[in-house]
Amino acid sequence: MAKSTISSVPIESLTISRGLTIALVGNPNTGKSTIFNRLTGLRQKTANYPGVTVEKKLGRLNLDRSLYDLIDLPGIYSLSPQSADERIAVDVLLGRVIDTPQPDVIIAVIDATRLYQGLYLLQQLVELGRPMVVALTMADDAMIKNIRINTRKLQDKFQGIPVCELIATTGKGMNSLRTAIRKVIGEDCSHKDSYWQALRNAANELQKKAGKPSLKLIDIERAIVDADPISIQHIQNALGLDTNPQLLSYRTALCGNEPPIAVEARVRYGWISEALPNLETKSAAPARWATQITNWINRPLPATVLFFGVMATIFQAVFAWATPLMDLIDDATMGLGRWTQDVIPPGIISSFIADGIIAGVGSVVIFLPQILILFLFIIMLEDTGYLARAAFLMDRAMRAVGLSGLSVIPLISGFACAVPGIMATRVIPDRRDRIATILAAPFMTCSARLPVYALLIAAFIPNINVGFANLQGLVLFMLYMLGIVGGLGTAMLLKRSALRGPNPTFILALPEFRIPSARTVLLRLLDRARIFLRRAGTVIFTVAVVVWALAYFPRSTNIETERLDAQTQASIVLSGSVLETELSTINNEAAAAQLAQSWLGRMGNWVEPIFVPLGWDWRISAAVIAAFPAREVVVAVLGTIYAVGAEADEASLVERLRSATWPDGSTVFTLPTVLGLLVFFAWCLQCAATLAVIKRETNTWRWPVFAWGYMTAIGYIGALLIYQIGSG
Amino acid sequence: MTLVDLRRGDNAQIIAIDSKEHSVQRLMVMGLVEGAKVKCLGRSLGGDPMEFLIHGSALSLRQMDAQNFSVTIMPKHDKD
Repeated sequence: MAKSTISSVPIESLTISRGLTIALVGNPNTGKSTIFNRLTGLRQKTANYPGVTVEKKLGRLNLDRSLYDLIDLPGIYSLSPQSADERIAVDVLLGRVIDTPQPDVIIAVIDATRLYQGLYLLQQLVELGRPMVVALTMADDAMIKNIRINTRKLQDKFQGIPVCELIATTGKGMNSLRTAIRKVIGEDCSHKDSYWQALRNAANELQKKAGKPSLKLIDIERAIVDADPISIQHIQNALGLDTNPQLLSYRTALCGNEPPIAVEARVRYGWISEALPNLETKSAAPARWATQITNWINRPLPATVLFFGVMATIFQAVFAWATPLMDLIDDATMGLGRWTQDVIPPGIISSFIADGIIAGVGSVVIFLPQILILFLFIIMLEDTGYLARAAFLMDRAMRAVGLSGLSVIPLISGFACAVPGIMATRVIPDRRDRIATILAAPFMTCSARLPVYALLIAAFIPNINVGFANLQGLVLFMLYMLGIVGGLGTAMLLKRSALRGPNPTFILALPEFRIPSARTVLLRLLDRARIFLRRAGTVIFTVAVVVWALAYFPRSTNIETERLDAQTQASIVLSGSVLETELSTINNEAAAAQLAQSWLGRMGNWVEPIFVPLGWDWRISAAVIAAFPAREVVVAVLGTIYAVGAEADEASLVERLRSATWPDGSTVFTLPTVLGLLVFFAWCLQCAATLAVIKRETNTWRWPVFAWGYMTAIGYIGALLIYQIGSG
Repeated sequence: MTLVDLRRGDNAQIIAIDSKEHSVQRLMVMGLVEGAKVKCLGRSLGGDPMEFLIHGSALSLRQMDAQNFSVTIMPKHDKD
């Protein structure tokens, strides 16, 4: 495989530096991304449900020592886009995306087991008049299903376009694909025959009438058929006059009263039905295990049992399997903290390293095992094709809140992280449904909430059994439900008010069950670990350091003098273990007094009145405010605050939280406070990345501002009610 | 008879389509046109949405859309 330099850029900031552009186009789930990885050496998400390639992926392809830009486009069925991601693909193909040239070569990816659907798109791609090769994927699957495709006849039927059979997972056929690409570069394909000659004739006529030979036939054709504002605007700009009446008259001449897209489907599939018997032969094949599994989980009852079984397993795994690893990391950070305090003499440097860095960052890193197990499951759900099944199963239930099963895919992804979840909403055709789903996604219990929940539950919910269930597990389950209820409730309210619209439809191709490639899953998991650790190393590290500095400075010399005096006095009067205890009490009191008069203490006291009705002291208030850019920061901040104000022997954060008191000596973390805090974190939108992605996907600040205000308000009210009712 | 009336395992051929709805046109682009042979693979919880096999692709759609496709049942054990 050729070495290549690579880059992955979101579509909005895409600029192409040099060389020609090659685009991968095809139906969803045909293995485009796998070919992309093979050609560029760039690893990238290849999942099993339609529409996973939501970001435009760009890579470099090296052929004969020349570099080409390779774009992996979202899956489409035709040049009439239905959703945001299809729109992107079609616009790139028609050369309507700023900063992205029209592709110089098209690689049409066709699934050999789904030739029927693939040939529809292939007809339209040929009519684009660009140099093209056909990559016939899933050749191994076709073999198992006893489907034989005559590639030579296929090539003839499609006017000589080279056809390469591929097994993308093993890389077989990739070399002939490279050779074929090299051959077609620069070829003149502008005079290929059309598969809908009547439309081509109409476009020709209109072009002649307008006297603008520069106007591309394909643009006129799409404007006649699709009648979407973008295509029409495109023509209007080129002709400089109102073309609607002309387009309308051609449309009527071609299609009568039938919708043009329906007419196009009949014409093209009519051609395919005639051609297909010559192109492929099918004979009865033994039922594959994948088909058998799919058939079995198709039945409503097994499917439902399986769905809840899968969810319960994930839930269980995230908590049970991760514990040994987490204990290991916990012991390591605590040991490291103690060691630092032993080695470095007490003072500013020791405090900075032990309380600021180790306590702050360590308290977040400990959750790496849980997060990776969670992502492993979500990745597996995507790559096996199960998410599409879940969407099919839950469609009816989603109808109750005014959405469709399509919203289930982003919401389940949201359990890992809201950002990819929100990007996955691009497959939802209706804008209103899409926005409602985008605003529901941040409610799903994401992996960043996990550290907060796990810390508070481990510290304050007794580890006892209630009936069959463990109380800690039960509380956690309730928190997940709280997220789901919050999200779906929000979607329902929006769909009945600001986003009122017709009931959505649900059209989804259901992929066959597939065993994900271990390599892809592993690489994606490593990617996730890297993102998490990078965040811990940058954002969380910075916050921990800043919070430490705010909590450490200014040092009061009065308190320090008093501490030394008290210690001298005590060592005169007392001795032995009584003295030890007294000394440690004096140290603790001094540390707490220093913290209370630190900058953080003063700031905390200033905001405390806002949060006192929720039962939060200034330390919790400060930690929650610091966590607004990224919610898992709260754990790091609590770690730092309580480390600065505590002795080293009270090593674990859980113990430090349990012993926190108000100035009058009463416990800070009572059950109502803790439950309220949990509800606050379940509902509040403390994530700058989510706000940014909502802005990008909705293209306005209105929705992120609304989401932030709304979620903060209901988080606050929820915590307030629980605390006030719970404290009686 | 429409797609809605098919039971799990039934093979049928589409004979007429009411193509007014946008979602129906979308399904036509995915291959559900007059003359196409489909097989009913089953239904989801509560009977809706339904799943059909069309030339090797499994496709799910709601009854609301499926009712726009008139079909005739074909004998079982048919090739294809």
